[in-house]
Amino acid sequence: MSTQTQPLQAYGNLRPGRIVAWTILFLGGVVMITPLLFMFSTSLKSAGQVYDLRLIPDQPTLANYVKVLSDGRFVRWFANSTIIATVVTLSCLFFDSLVAYTLAKFAFPGRRLVFLAILSTLMIPTEMLVIPWYLMASKLGWIDSYLGIMFPGLVTAFGVFLMRQFFETVPNDFLEAARVDGLNEFAIWWKVALPLVTPALSALAIFTFLGNWTAFFWPLIVTTDPSLYTLPVGLSSFAVEQSIQWELIMTGAALATLPTLAIFLFFQRYIVRGVMLAGVKG
Amino acid sequence: MARIELQQIVKRYGTVTTVRGIDLTIEDGEFVVLVGPSGCGKSTTLRMIAGLEPISGGTLRIGGEVVNNHEPKHRNIAMVFQNYAIYPHLTVAQNIGFGLYTSKLSKAQKQARIRETARTLSLEPYLDRRPAALSGGQRQRVAIGRAMVRDPVAFLFDEPLSNLDAQLRGQMRLEIKQLHQRLGSTIVFVTHDQVEAMSLADRIVVMRDGSILQVGSPMELYNRPADIFTARFIGTPEMNMIDAVATGGGLTPEANGAAVDLSRVTGLPPLAPGQTVILGIRPHELQLLSGGEAPFPIRIEGKVRVCEPHGPETFVLLDLPQGSVVARAPATASFRPGETVAFGAQTAALRLFDKQTGMRIGSA
Repeated sequence: MSTQTQPLQAYGNLRPGRIVAWTILFLGGVVMITPLLFMFSTSLKSAGQVYDLRLIPDQPTLANYVKVLSDGRFVRWFANSTIIATVVTLSCLFFDSLVAYTLAKFAFPGRRLVFLAILSTLMIPTEMLVIPWYLMASKLGWIDSYLGIMFPGLVTAFGVFLMRQFFETVPNDFLEAARVDGLNEFAIWWKVALPLVTPALSALAIFTFLGNWTAFFWPLIVTTDPSLYTLPVGLSSFAVEQSIQWELIMTGAALATLPTLAIFLFFQRYIVRGVMLAGVKG
Repeated sequence: MARIELQQIVKRYGTVTTVRGIDLTIEDGEFVVLVGPSGCGKSTTLRMIAGLEPISGGTLRIGGEVVNNHEPKHRNIAMVFQNYAIYPHLTVAQNIGFGLYTSKLSKAQKQARIRETARTLSLEPYLDRRPAALSGGQRQRVAIGRAMVRDPVAFLFDEPLSNLDAQLRGQMRLEIKQLHQRLGSTIVFVTHDQVEAMSLADRIVVMRDGSILQVGSPMELYNRPADIFTARFIGTPEMNMIDAVATGGGLTPEANGAAVDLSRVTGLPPLAPGQTVILGIRPHELQLLSGGEAPFPIRIEGKVRVCEPHGPETFVLLDLPQGSVVARAPATASFRPGETVAFGAQTAALRLFDKQTGMRIGSA
């Protein structure tokens, strides 16, 4: 009985403010999703249909997907991006949260200074850092290597900042209880503190993975060997070589969005569960 | 089980001293409650015993061994926190088992120990649940279970009942007392609630401003408080205090008016004539006068401001020229505000405190 009346009650709560909010959200959603829909739509069109702007193609075809996936370079770039984004994400989750935990939960001289120093690096634009990074990579022999592409992102100031804010909210009682129970400091971080900040870890994982998956500027500079290209760099070269074959570029881009969707869907439930846990006393 | 000895224990944070050289010996199997107002140093003392706060001075021994510089895990003590500190991402069984993290027991032995602990605390049906699905009392029992499972030499409780509602607090108080009777373990319990202290402790340690004011059994503290602070802190409602002046073998109220008659008080400790004192009388030691009884050594008369029926008894707040006094009346008593009522007490009910030092005078 009650389940039948709930929808009616929900509609009964419609207020003008809510209608305005939903309208804005709907329009925002349309703006966000339209390019994606066109990307998928174009990937299903033949070369001659590309400039036909209808969303549903007359004669949808998977030929572009076959062509792109049978091109060994695309698979290689896809693998490169997967490896780089995964390693950088895991590294960030580990090191950022380790540094953040230390800054949030241990009192030591200069703690605030260290945190401010880390934060201050957020103010420096990437364009300014590229030359020092390049010189460093060049001196260390990391040009045209995975390490060269990855090293600037292995530990990030943003990740440290985000995780520190969350670790600050973890009650000290949890950590002290574990200390009394005999855990060493690393185990306390790993077994007690980290599981309590899963929403933040999930958010950081999504941001870091997406950021590295779509990274273009630095991978373009630090790689000259096409076999080490990441997907965005590879796709751009694809465009130049193939005299802009939009249907192939859109197919590559459509395939490139799949891992990001998977990552989001995977971590989303942890974000929701984390929010639920955070609402429980004790 | 172990004896815990604190010798001249000091805690300083920079230039601020929060615990000022306290001496205390907690015997093996004893239930000791540290009680006092916020900021008195009771929790800091407990945390120093646990090893969660470095000790700035003095010696701490557990089981005869000096443990000042031992890590918490090397003291073999267990602690129950105010906010339970049970992990929301683990089940009840995993939470209880967390106490065995460093144990060298086999997995089967650990499981058996967890089950046994859960049975003791009536948590068996909830072993697979997460804390979010438990009530406040059950969560507190899980926290106690995690402490118990290790079989520590002592349990430390840091205001563990503060987050519970009044009914559950009473129930958990009983459970903790029964647990102590069953396990016979050394327990140090911190609270700011004197009812908790009175009902649980073998001995109560009253603290204020980082010092110990008095150590004794609940009834010792209730009947023979060492100073005004302890006298007011222990007992509900708190002890009435009336200013008086010594008059060659007797007492007279300091304020004018005939509301307090002390002319029949005898058998007082030696007092210098003119010495100002504070008389302490507990509300329970005042008896409602109907007019027909023999005169009481102490007679207090005032106008009723408020009546508070408590079921088995009624507390009456009387306005006097000297201030106000709370007295216990029978449950059947009923007074109108403004009505004049008289109460009497025996000399034995009087506690005398020096007005200058606040300390109790003699054995009165």
